[in-house]
Amino acid sequence: MQLPTPIELIDRLAEQIRPSLSPDCALVGIHTGGVWVMEALAQRLGAELPRGSLDIAFYRDDFSRIGLHPVVKPSRIGFEVEGRRLLLVDDVLYTGRTVRAAMNQLFDYGRPAAIRLAVLVDRGGRELPICPDFVGFTLELPDDRHLSLTRSADGRLDFVQGAA
Amino acid sequence: MKIHIKNGRLIDPRQGIDAVQDVYIAAGHIVGLGQAPADFHANRVIDATGLVVCPGLVDLSARLREPGFEYMATLESEMRAAAAGGITSLACPPDTDPPLDEPGLVEMLKFRAKSMPGPRVYPIGALTWKLRGERITEMAELHEAGCLAFSQADTPIVDTQVLMRAMEYAATFDYPVWLRPRDAHLIKDGVAHDGAVAARLGLPPIPVVSETIALATIILLMKTTGARVHVCRLSSAAAIDMVRAAKAEGLPLTCDVNVHHLHLTELDIADFNPNCHLYPPFRSQRDRDAIRAALADGTIDAICSDHAPVDDDAKELPFQESEPGATGVELLLPLTLRWARESGHGLSRAIDLISRRPAEILGIPAGRLEVGAPADLCLFNPETWWQVTRKSLRSLGKNSPFLGLEVPGQVRYTIIDGHIDFERNHTA
Amino acid sequence: MTPDLQLNPDGSLRHLLSLDGLPARILTQILDTAEGFLSVSEQEVKKVPLLRGKAIFNLFFEPSTRTRTTFEIAAKRLSADVVNLNISASSQSKGETLLDTVANLSAMHADMFIVRHSSAGAAHLIARHVAEHIRVMNAGDGRHAHPTQGLLDMFTIRHYKGGFHNLRIAIVGDILHSRVARSQINALTTLGCPELRVVAPKTLLPREVEAMGVHVYHRLEEGIKDVDVVMMLRLQNERMQGALLPSPQEYFKYWGLTPEKLKLAKPDAIVMHPGPMNRGVEIDSDVADGKQSVILPQVTYGIAVRMAVMSILAGN
Repeated sequence: MQLPTPIELIDRLAEQIRPSLSPDCALVGIHTGGVWVMEALAQRLGAELPRGSLDIAFYRDDFSRIGLHPVVKPSRIGFEVEGRRLLLVDDVLYTGRTVRAAMNQLFDYGRPAAIRLAVLVDRGGRELPICPDFVGFTLELPDDRHLSLTRSADGRLDFVQGAA
Repeated sequence: MKIHIKNGRLIDPRQGIDAVQDVYIAAGHIVGLGQAPADFHANRVIDATGLVVCPGLVDLSARLREPGFEYMATLESEMRAAAAGGITSLACPPDTDPPLDEPGLVEMLKFRAKSMPGPRVYPIGALTWKLRGERITEMAELHEAGCLAFSQADTPIVDTQVLMRAMEYAATFDYPVWLRPRDAHLIKDGVAHDGAVAARLGLPPIPVVSETIALATIILLMKTTGARVHVCRLSSAAAIDMVRAAKAEGLPLTCDVNVHHLHLTELDIADFNPNCHLYPPFRSQRDRDAIRAALADGTIDAICSDHAPVDDDAKELPFQESEPGATGVELLLPLTLRWARESGHGLSRAIDLISRRPAEILGIPAGRLEVGAPADLCLFNPETWWQVTRKSLRSLGKNSPFLGLEVPGQVRYTIIDGHIDFERNHTA
Repeated sequence: MTPDLQLNPDGSLRHLLSLDGLPARILTQILDTAEGFLSVSEQEVKKVPLLRGKAIFNLFFEPSTRTRTTFEIAAKRLSADVVNLNISASSQSKGETLLDTVANLSAMHADMFIVRHSSAGAAHLIARHVAEHIRVMNAGDGRHAHPTQGLLDMFTIRHYKGGFHNLRIAIVGDILHSRVARSQINALTTLGCPELRVVAPKTLLPREVEAMGVHVYHRLEEGIKDVDVVMMLRLQNERMQGALLPSPQEYFKYWGLTPEKLKLAKPDAIVMHPGPMNRGVEIDSDVADGKQSVILPQVTYGIAVRMAVMSILAGN
């Protein structure tokens, strides 16, 4: 099955999300691809939704095996998390470990009223009991394949696939 | 014991010999060079093919750590190590515990040293009581007990009046005074040459003026007291210039240098290697070059090991807390040979600086291969390079800046008083 | 200075002992990582689980509650277990050697030692003798180095000035006895500061300090003219006792930073100090508390920088 372009999927996601938006919602993207998707979604969903970004490097569970990620970006959550409905956004959902780390980090900012998960692509292969609420596209990729989102200098988003 | 050493390359700087000649030894003396004396029947023939046969080395400063510091090394271990280094006579500084300030202590040390194999030991008497720089010692008594010279070891006399009186008293008997030029106030807690490396590492500095000011005091006091002085362990170009000038004036001044200072500079401590913590400190490259030049032109009279075995507990500390000093008796010959190779000097010049010249300074009939002289010899292979390791060093002190490095010149036999005191088999 | 001891074979940081000889890429990596940790303090729970289960030992052979606390806070914000040991009081007086102490603590499954010692090279010595998995951080050794202080100063300068390539910087005070100054000089020369000055009387300057890449000034008025950053050093009280300086009053008059003298620097110059300050000796209160002072932000950044170093070391 042919993988649609990221833009098509973002449009699709925005339509899914729109009905459930409420005034106390905020968007949170996970570095790096999730932040791009979150920004694109925010454009489409309009409104003055608060936006934040997370770098989950300090919450990863593989630190003791591979050490600190070489490039750590500051996390920016410029709003009160306590009692808010959060939409967590990532590009590709795979093992679920990144989402686990992101949720742990969000709870260190406060106790949200709810967290929903939106992903551009669910490629299967979950290792944790995590299930997305909004999915742009679902496919089963074997473990030896790699899928990620890139952004070119002019801001164009593309999927990159290859051997892991 | 009669020994016939054959086919060796005989080098005796005093007589200017450098030729393949046999040596004949009997009753503790050299009885023939080149030709066997009549009726000579050797008990032992040493084939010295490929070896240099030279006078046994004379080390002007080797600490044997007895009495008082037996936890670092023992008389027995260090005498063995010295013999393995080709040394047949050595002077030991008075910084034992207690210091060598009483005739009984000197006699005991001489007696202990005589009772075991190894080099002839010449204790240097303390110049002041307990080396405290306050009261002069009974120099005449100490001389009778066997002290050929008097010194303060590493401890400077702070009170210049005491220094002057000590020199005057020694001059009364014409005893040589051996002094390290060190201004105590300018050294204080210093541990490294006052230069770029100490600046970078934040090590308390020892300025060159601590050496030159003390040396100026010594030279001026020589003039007023008439004392004969041997200046120990020069480290700086500026001090060497002063010695050169004093000698030109005709002052009875001699001096030596620690063999490590021919090779190492402040840069060698750059990773806080406590094995490079020595007194005086390794100085700049310019100072090292000046030392090398002064050896070439004769301003520096002798090279010594300044042997200071230190145990690991006292060395495995932050640089400035570690005990200064390096083990040296086994490296005196190799490091002198290395200098000679690097600076284009012949073996004869190198051997002169570690045998004949120090023997003259100490005033002993050694450092010579002449018929009738005591049979103290060193036989070494100048072409054998060996690695300095904790294992290859016989001294109990493993504290060498050269650990892990290869050095030239391996002693094969050391003959002291006509006996083979050390012998290294071929495979070792 | 001994990059082989500080770096892993793959070029990553193994121990932090000195900034001397560390490549710019590592200094920059630490500063960038610290940016990430700065945002942790905005969280409700100011703590990340990165070093959970790691045992970090604060080995302070020289007492310093202030410095120890900054390392302790950093380690705790990383969820590490921190043990504070004030060694001058216990084992050293019983004759246990430095390396004995380290061997004993290693046997208690330490993962990292943070070492403060009054002798230069103490952290190097420990790093040379610890087991493969243990990391060593120098928290100040004699006059030699205080690398995390140097790094937090770099973080501060980068924060306020954007970089290092167009800056004129003056370090003022007791350079001779200062490990902070040495680390600052090493970092600034590596990071490309084009004009670095040291300002002090001759008694407080090491010989041949120029070899470290600095210009020497003896008069404060000349030394801080048109600079972008003034880094003041603390003057230890004991320096007033020997023959190094005549009196605190004369020192303040000639080398103390006052609002009038600060006017000689660029109008937007920032003033830094590693603390604790001697007000009225090296710095006037009006400067210390003035709008050009970034002394308090330095303290804040210090935590993030130490968290960055700890997590980079623990992960490599």
